Amino acid sequence: MTVALEVENLHVVLADTDVDIVDEVSFSLTPGQILGLVGESGSGKTTVGLAILGHCRRGVRFAGGAVRIAGEDVLAKSDVELRSMRGRVVSYVPQDPASALNPAVRIETQLSETLAAHEDANGDARGRLHEMLAEVLLPQDREFLRRYPHQLSGGQQQRVALAMAFANRPRVIVLDEPTTGLDVTTQAHVLATVRDLCEAHGVAAVYVSHDLAVVANLASRVAVMYAGRVVETGPTQTLFLRAAHPYTRRLIEAIPELSGAHALIGIPGTAPRPGHRPPGCSFAPRCAFMQPTCQLAFPPRETVVVGHEVRCYRHDVVLQESLAARPVATPPPHVRAEEGLVAVRRIQASHGAHQVLFDVELLVRPHECVALVGESGSGKTTLARCIAGLHASYEGEIAFRGAPLAAGSRARTRETRRYIQYVFQSPYSSLNPRKTIEQIIGQPLRLFFDVGGSEARRRMVETLETVQLGASVLDRYPHHLSGGERQRVAIARALVAEPQLLICDEVTSALDVSVQAAIVDLLAELQRELGLGLLFVTHNLALIRTLAQEVAVMSDGRIVERGLVERVLDSPSAEYTRKLLSDTPSLEAAMAAAG
Amino acid sequence: MTDQAIALDAPAVRRQRPWVILLRATWGQTRTKVGVVIVLALVAVAGVGPFFAPYAPDAPVQRAHGEYALPFEPPSSAALLGTDNIGRDVLSRFLWGGRSVLALAALSTLLGAVLGIAVGLLAAYSRGLLDEVVMRTMDVVLAFPQLVFALVLVATVGPSLALMVFAVGITTMPRVARVTRGAALEVVERDYVRAAEGIGVPRRRILFGEILPNITSPLVVEVTLRLTFNIAVIAALSFLGFGLQPPAADWGLMVNENRQGLLVGQPWGVVMPVLAIGLLTIGTSLIGDGFSRAAIGIEGGRGRT
Repeated sequence: MTVALEVENLHVVLADTDVDIVDEVSFSLTPGQILGLVGESGSGKTTVGLAILGHCRRGVRFAGGAVRIAGEDVLAKSDVELRSMRGRVVSYVPQDPASALNPAVRIETQLSETLAAHEDANGDARGRLHEMLAEVLLPQDREFLRRYPHQLSGGQQQRVALAMAFANRPRVIVLDEPTTGLDVTTQAHVLATVRDLCEAHGVAAVYVSHDLAVVANLASRVAVMYAGRVVETGPTQTLFLRAAHPYTRRLIEAIPELSGAHALIGIPGTAPRPGHRPPGCSFAPRCAFMQPTCQLAFPPRETVVVGHEVRCYRHDVVLQESLAARPVATPPPHVRAEEGLVAVRRIQASHGAHQVLFDVELLVRPHECVALVGESGSGKTTLARCIAGLHASYEGEIAFRGAPLAAGSRARTRETRRYIQYVFQSPYSSLNPRKTIEQIIGQPLRLFFDVGGSEARRRMVETLETVQLGASVLDRYPHHLSGGERQRVAIARALVAEPQLLICDEVTSALDVSVQAAIVDLLAELQRELGLGLLFVTHNLALIRTLAQEVAVMSDGRIVERGLVERVLDSPSAEYTRKLLSDTPSLEAAMAAAG
Repeated sequence: MTDQAIALDAPAVRRQRPWVILLRATWGQTRTKVGVVIVLALVAVAGVGPFFAPYAPDAPVQRAHGEYALPFEPPSSAALLGTDNIGRDVLSRFLWGGRSVLALAALSTLLGAVLGIAVGLLAAYSRGLLDEVVMRTMDVVLAFPQLVFALVLVATVGPSLALMVFAVGITTMPRVARVTRGAALEVVERDYVRAAEGIGVPRRRILFGEILPNITSPLVVEVTLRLTFNIAVIAALSFLGFGLQPPAADWGLMVNENRQGLLVGQPWGVVMPVLAIGLLTIGTSLIGDGFSRAAIGIEGGRGRT
């Protein structure tokens, strides 16, 4: 069989130094094959993806190895040669389609530019254009072609990017987390399109992602990257059913499952950054199977079965431990209080002239976790913000312990502001970059309890320990911390106010899967131990079984289904819930379908 | 609790305050160093110069045998840079004359910056009607050329130093306000501002505690730029006679008084103050430029407005 893409011992370093970013990365693909390149942020997966296009980011240079597409080494080409190759032989679909499309140029012009850039005066350009759009299931009428990128939805933008990438029938296509910003339903459609196009046109694809569940549904082979190296590679099914590397196993254990049979387990510690990688196996410091030899040299490639390679000294020991032996999730205890903590009654809310919430009702009881599930634009964040007092223009009533709340936090009493705390989606924008963690966490303490000095410090340290951070973070700035650590700080800022209701707005969507598992685990723990009421807003149905007792599903500003988690997930009554459930990528479903 | 203590690679993290990093990067550039040397030298001339002046600023030059010097005498041992239009020592007047320009420019810029930042922050944070009213008012002030506005004000009320500071300060305000508002609009949308609102942080503290620290880079650049302009405007106003009144020594005034010296071959009374004012503006703009480049390098372009 011919080889479409071959990466051999790719070595990328920081320019001016010899610090490895990516090293000893090798894999090959046949036409039509899709490889899932999986790893946490900072593992070097995007660097590898870009290297396939012969591109390296500023401050980075290729130090060795080869990337061969149809036998030609991409790394040896000049800029001019690369330019003529890109889009024609190899193409790229970026993570954020909005930034890849020119906002000032109509869709039609952008698509025809892609064609014109590589084709000599093509007679039937318009015919090709329609064909391209049909391939990615977009409308082909004039009205659509005359739109600008901002007039398309996120899913449509990504389809346009896909159409452009497939336009010139490249041999290889690199997809860099193209569905990360999309809803599950849209994601399912985009993935199906990618799969069909690769198969129909024999395009080899490298799908870069941190989401194993997505990869399991799409790729035929998977390469797991850690700290710049491929630690395990094999056919998708083999890899997920008989993972031989401890890291792969931990990643699998961190994936939330709709069935909720397993407990979510995060991976302790953080991946070493370039320049800070330990000698020997770079996963050793976080590994449960670690033994002294692991710290001497990086393990060599070893073949488990043909096509399944792993870089771990102890893979035979790892393999003996069954993946099924994962701890079973303990469903959170359900103490159903009579009285409600927060009751939302017939809320109507709007952003300007656009109404986003229609007659929404919601009840959160003390010690109870309610999951609020919906796609983007469903109004779930607006509802959460109304409750938190961050969105003041609504009609209807929100009551806290029976007493109606004023709209808007400024109109509320200090006590109610304290009792309802909010954790934002992105820890990258919810912490003031010019303040130390001490100043950030100290602020609610000063406002709510008028404490400062050593008493404030004692409480801060205590709260930081609750979220599994040490006192050492106090004098740091947010940019010194990783995403997961920042989110923990944000949770600590909420907890230090000693709230009764914690609203978590998509708190894990900006984080890696392994970090997400740890945060969800932490929230479940906090709810159990502190008796918090929790409103957990998410778009990921798979997350809620380990955490929530009740769930409300939102669509287009209305709650379409409400009930106990088991009931809704196992026998959904609303059509919309069923659709969401079937579109949620699942490792188990993928394995079942393949096996 | 699970035993997942988060491992922070403690020794690798340098816990420097963001502004320390920024100032260090600013100082690391040659242009900043040149600017600082120029500005410090001129500040030194203006500050301690009077102690070294051979004559009082309004005293006529006297030769060894008691007779008074004539106007526009060329440099001599009695007057190192010659005499001015009424026979006073050019060097002494130059050493005395920097204080007013420096102090007035600094004060008016400070006034304009404080007012402009407050107005800009308020407009960006409150949005809506207040934003419109405030910013359109700023536009009206902005419509007058700075010099003309100051001239009208001083001409109606009469020359006074306080009025000059006020006039230049007020015309500086809308320019600073616009930059502040522009930079703050983006910061206002950040979740940490929402977080502060949610827990009831007072409005004033949100403006100056949460938003202001995140827009310091463009503001520092803008304020140094405004200082540069204001030095020139203050000097121009003095030149036109609206600043310090004769016989006081002032660089702007000196240029006016000694204009005729250029024709009779005694240029020093004009050259020295012009050189000083020119160098001062070059120095301050070099510092501002160094800062802006450092901010762009560190903050990836967010530093420029």
